[in-house]
Amino acid sequence: MLEIKNLHAQIEDKKILNGIDLQINAGEVHAIMGPNGSGKSTLASVLAGRKDYEVTEGSVEFDGVDLLEMAPEERAREGLFLAFQYPIEIPGVSTTNFLKTAVNEVRKHRGLESLDAVSFLKLMKERMKLVKIDQSLTSRSLNEGFSGGEKKRNEIFQMAMLEPKLAILDETDSGLDIDALRIVADGVNTLKRKDNAVLLITHYQRLLDYIIPDFVHVLYKGRIVKSGGKELALELEEKGYDFIKQEVAEEV
Amino acid sequence: MSLIETIQNKYNEFSAVAGNGLLGNMRAKAFEHYNKLGIPTSKNEEWKYTRITPLTNKNFELHTTAVLPSKEVLNDIRLQAECAAELFFINGVFVKEISSFDKDALVVLSLNEAAESEYKNYVQQHLNQSSKYMKDGLHALNAAFVANGLFVLVKKNKALQKPVFIYHLTDTNNDNVFVQPRTLFVVEENAQVQLIELYKNNGLQESFTNEVIEIVVQQNARFEYYKVQDENENCHHVGTTHVQQVGKCFTHCVTITLNGGTVRNNINMILEAPNNEGHLYGLYIINGKTHVDNHSIVDNIEPNCFSNEFYKGIMDGNSTGVFNGKIFVRQDAQKTNAYQSNKNILMSDTASVNAKPQLEIFADDVKCSHGCTVGQLDEDALFYLRARGLDEKQAKAFLLHAFAADILEQVKPEALHTYLEKKIDERLNVDAL
Ligand SMILES: Nc1ncnc2c1ncn2[C@@H]1O[C@H](COP(=O)(O)OP(=O)(O)OP(=O)(O)O)[C@@H](O)[C@H]1O
Ligand SMILES: [Mg+2]
Repeated sequence: MLEIKNLHAQIEDKKILNGIDLQINAGEVHAIMGPNGSGKSTLASVLAGRKDYEVTEGSVEFDGVDLLEMAPEERAREGLFLAFQYPIEIPGVSTTNFLKTAVNEVRKHRGLESLDAVSFLKLMKERMKLVKIDQSLTSRSLNEGFSGGEKKRNEIFQMAMLEPKLAILDETDSGLDIDALRIVADGVNTLKRKDNAVLLITHYQRLLDYIIPDFVHVLYKGRIVKSGGKELALELEEKGYDFIKQEVAEEV
Repeated sequence: MSLIETIQNKYNEFSAVAGNGLLGNMRAKAFEHYNKLGIPTSKNEEWKYTRITPLTNKNFELHTTAVLPSKEVLNDIRLQAECAAELFFINGVFVKEISSFDKDALVVLSLNEAAESEYKNYVQQHLNQSSKYMKDGLHALNAAFVANGLFVLVKKNKALQKPVFIYHLTDTNNDNVFVQPRTLFVVEENAQVQLIELYKNNGLQESFTNEVIEIVVQQNARFEYYKVQDENENCHHVGTTHVQQVGKCFTHCVTITLNGGTVRNNINMILEAPNNEGHLYGLYIINGKTHVDNHSIVDNIEPNCFSNEFYKGIMDGNSTGVFNGKIFVRQDAQKTNAYQSNKNILMSDTASVNAKPQLEIFADDVKCSHGCTVGQLDEDALFYLRARGLDEKQAKAFLLHAFAADILEQVKPEALHTYLEKKIDERLNVDAL
């Protein structure tokens, strides 16, 4: 589904991604871990199409087409979704408000009929229940005055509405209380199908207890330096990143 | 013939027909004043960014009687909403025959009639009070032709539930027209009213409106005012709205400009009784070559007054905006609270705005603040929405709507709010982007 080859990206003159290779197939759950500043969010942003980053080398294919050539909205319509690490506030625009347009654009792209107000509300209600988010939240200005956890839950709610092929969750677990973590994880698991995939960016094993990854990767200094199964996350939890840093140092 | 010449030719003829008396005196003085000062040029600090002289050098007809438009045309400009009055100016002349109003709550006369009526005192005391603040020749020119203007009085203790509409129609089917509407609007003690002024154009030639409306608000009254400009690019407009709060009262004024040629809106809020409260809002959404200049004066004369001013602009194409907000706090006006803010979004590299706040404070115990911002749409917000599947145009439309919403929500009459929301929708989705 997603094939990243030798991806290099920089912002201004600062090189951040230094040759990333990663393949994600339909039905898989991948987790990316790694120390602060290693480039995880940058990778997510590059995939979503933020134009501040310049890709200097490498390629990304999404279902066989060149992802990097697409505008952010085309990527979204093709089925890529990024739950932001720091969802921004947009005063005066409510989630309900823009999501109707978003959902219908995505549907249009997939050759489906657009939803009328009634069916849209029905879908909203259903998906709101899934992530236990309140209507008062979705009709307020986007993220304005939301608590950290509410912002994250709102991201997952949008994911549930848009039904992406590939969902990238950038530290969605950070800032969630224990109940909210379970709700979010349940939501992700419920929406998980054979024909979609999830890329989790996280610092904590905790999330991976609920959403079991097929693969765990460690990103360090802009490269994936180690990959393994779900037991790698447990090992990291126990030992920290030092042993990996050491391994990298020895390789050089 | 240039407008300047037309004015000279028309004045004597007009004044002879209009007669002497109260208004005659005023006309004579004003004309003298106009002749002395002429049309303000960009050398005049108050007119630095708004050039009127290219207009006055053009050929404009000055009509002093109205030709009635057809029923269809009239119907077309009406908002079709419940109202307490529908008053029509056709090419600057108030036309009573086609106007209608709630006689229980309102007095409606032409200014000529009012000057001879039991309401003469109001005319004497308040007509042309704005000239204390507006000292330029163009303002005087309006007074030099005062006669067929409008006098409205909202009677004591009458709280109107439905708005009063004043429609201004410029008919430019046959020639370029120069029109000068004039209104004196009195809100008596304990009365409440919403006044809506709408400007419409019919025809393809140019129009140049030079309007003055003076409003007197008495003790415990509540006055809401909405000025909505949505004429085409051939319609130029200089207008002064002068709000005199003579007793402790509440006012709320919103100026919305969606289109036009060269537009200058002066609004003066004179807080001349203690504990007065006044709000000024404005929204301009313009493109093409439209020029909009919002000039405001808030004058705090007595203690304990509160004023809040908030203007927002979205400018695209080669449009230009000016915001000039003056706040005076006079020596006796202790405990004044005066706030002012102006925010602009430029949608193109060729649009521009000049914002100038001016505070003149002569009292020591006051709270004043002002701020201006000029910027583009927030890139992060745009990216967020696009990452959810909205294209750039849709994402911009959402953000612009949100930007305009702060002001739009200040439009209280439901029918007008709905009308504007639709207009703004159309503009932001189709035109401005
Ligand atoms: N706009 C920017 N300008 C300059 N440097 C940037 C910019 N964005 C990211 N960086 C730098 O790139 C590096 C990688 O940042 P990134 O946000 O991808 O890290 P991360 O792995 O997500 O970290 P964390 O775990 O803290 O979220 C950091 O050193 C960061 O400071
Ligand atoms: Mg990050």
